[in-house]
Amino acid sequence: MTVLAPPRLQAPPVTRPSRRHRGGWVPYAFVAPAMVVLVAFAVLPILVAGVVSTTDMDISGLADPSSVSFVGLENYRRLVADPQFWNALRTTGAFTVVGVPVIVVASLAVALLLHRSGGRLASTLRAFYFLPAITAIVAVALVWGYLYNSQFGLLNYLLSLVGLGPVPWLSDPTWARFSVGLVAVWRATGLNIIIFLAALQGIPHEYDEAAQLDGATELQRTRRITVPLLRFAIFFVTVTTVISWLQFFDEPYVLTQGGPNDATTSISLYIYEQGFRYNQFGFASAGSLVLFVIIAVVTVVQLRLRGSDDH
Amino acid sequence: MTTDTRPVRPRRTTRQPSRLVTNLVLIVGAAATALPFFWMIFSALKPRSEAVAYPPRLLPAEPTLEFVRYLFTTLDFGRYLVNTLVVVAIGFVGLLLMAMAGYAFAKFQFRGRGLLFALVLSTMMIPVQVTMIPTYLILARIGLTNTLVGIALPTLVSAFSIFLFRQFMTTIPDEVLEAARIDGAGEIRIFLSLVLPMSGPILAVQTVLTFIAGWNSFLWPLVIAGDQSRYTLSVGLALLNQQVATNPSLQMAGAAVMVVPILVVFVIFQRYIVQGFTLSGLK
Repeated sequence: MTVLAPPRLQAPPVTRPSRRHRGGWVPYAFVAPAMVVLVAFAVLPILVAGVVSTTDMDISGLADPSSVSFVGLENYRRLVADPQFWNALRTTGAFTVVGVPVIVVASLAVALLLHRSGGRLASTLRAFYFLPAITAIVAVALVWGYLYNSQFGLLNYLLSLVGLGPVPWLSDPTWARFSVGLVAVWRATGLNIIIFLAALQGIPHEYDEAAQLDGATELQRTRRITVPLLRFAIFFVTVTTVISWLQFFDEPYVLTQGGPNDATTSISLYIYEQGFRYNQFGFASAGSLVLFVIIAVVTVVQLRLRGSDDH
Repeated sequence: MTTDTRPVRPRRTTRQPSRLVTNLVLIVGAAATALPFFWMIFSALKPRSEAVAYPPRLLPAEPTLEFVRYLFTTLDFGRYLVNTLVVVAIGFVGLLLMAMAGYAFAKFQFRGRGLLFALVLSTMMIPVQVTMIPTYLILARIGLTNTLVGIALPTLVSAFSIFLFRQFMTTIPDEVLEAARIDGAGEIRIFLSLVLPMSGPILAVQTVLTFIAGWNSFLWPLVIAGDQSRYTLSVGLALLNQQVATNPSLQMAGAAVMVVPILVVFVIFQRYIVQGFTLSGLK
């Protein structure tokens, strides 16, 4: 999973518009370069995807646009009829259902422990936990591929020391899912730990001290005071984690190429393969828009649930 | 003994051992998290025979830099490194554009400001899978496939960074800008010699994040770089991935070349990164 840029979390501070400078053409000149790039590579592509998804665009259509023809909703019909598409959808769903709680609970637990420990040691260890988040995915693939290696991999050797294994990390379908999922969890926790730590620092000490004076044990204070006060951070991390699992791509792409037997082919990987391996740009665009709609619907539902929780 | 001090005092003594447990758990967790990095660095220094030996040993018996040399002499990693640095440098141009946009959104009143800013924010929801194919088609149309500019362009401007710049720059006092204008300073000069220097913390965060993003970027180099002369480190490293069983030492050397510079940048600038997430209003 890629490091997600967190969306805005608070309403921007209210500034009095009257104090802002009216600069004539100046603000437009400052905004224009960034807006041009953003429109060209974020807004325009959505429109292009919509158009391309209704055509039979492929690699020859790229060289000679006149050979591309309009096929209406044919790509969407083919998509729904493709068992591989449904398989990829189920795989993505399974990863999301299992992966989201694991990542949220693991990063919350580490953040609570780091916060409790405090001091120099905690800030050093924090760096260790964050490292996987800033490591290039290709390097991750090589190192983990080596760790998982069935002949001379370190992990099977470590397991053999305690009398376990050997485990077919990447060659057995079920284990392969576990293995790519483990790498994804390893990469995703660091950023979420930082987010939880930032939120923990915002909780006033008075709450905890008051409960302590009332005789609440540490576990009770964590469960009844700290975690509820982290509600917003937990919600935010959950939403971004759901989105990143729905877009799950990097780890299976570099570790298993979706195999064995398509066991780790996520919906994003399926779209990528249709587009760039089989050069079916029209068909893949249809798939990508379906994914976009799924992500949008799931996100809106979560925001709604959160909204009703507040009242 | 008075009752009112009782709840605090004894607790201190019982808390000591459990704090030790907390730290132990954290250390074990951190060691497990960092294990792949140690394994990578030690293996990069092993001769091939040691890297494929079973049972494996953590430390190299006869450390060698043979494979790091091999990457830069026999393989073309020198060129990939230069290409990667060029992509990173183009990313810094994007950083300037985002700072400019953030400044205009923060400090100017102009028609369409709300609408444009909403447009910026809404692009944060668009997943890369949707824009991937169209972006490739657009780049092919304007003839930028197989160029370093083409590799850097799709991720040049990020909505989140514009948002962060705007958030930070709203805190710059209007009076300072007005005073400069009254003194006759031009708008470009105000931006370069007043606004940017006053935005130190946010610039630091963004510089580190831009460096990391450009250095690590994989998808666009993979899709856009057609021939070897345009490969970045990540694409060159992906080629090594195809020889998994043959030479782990070489692969780990390649991975280390890619990861160690990031580790150094991260260790030096760690506090700015953490600060960046605090700045984003995550409290």
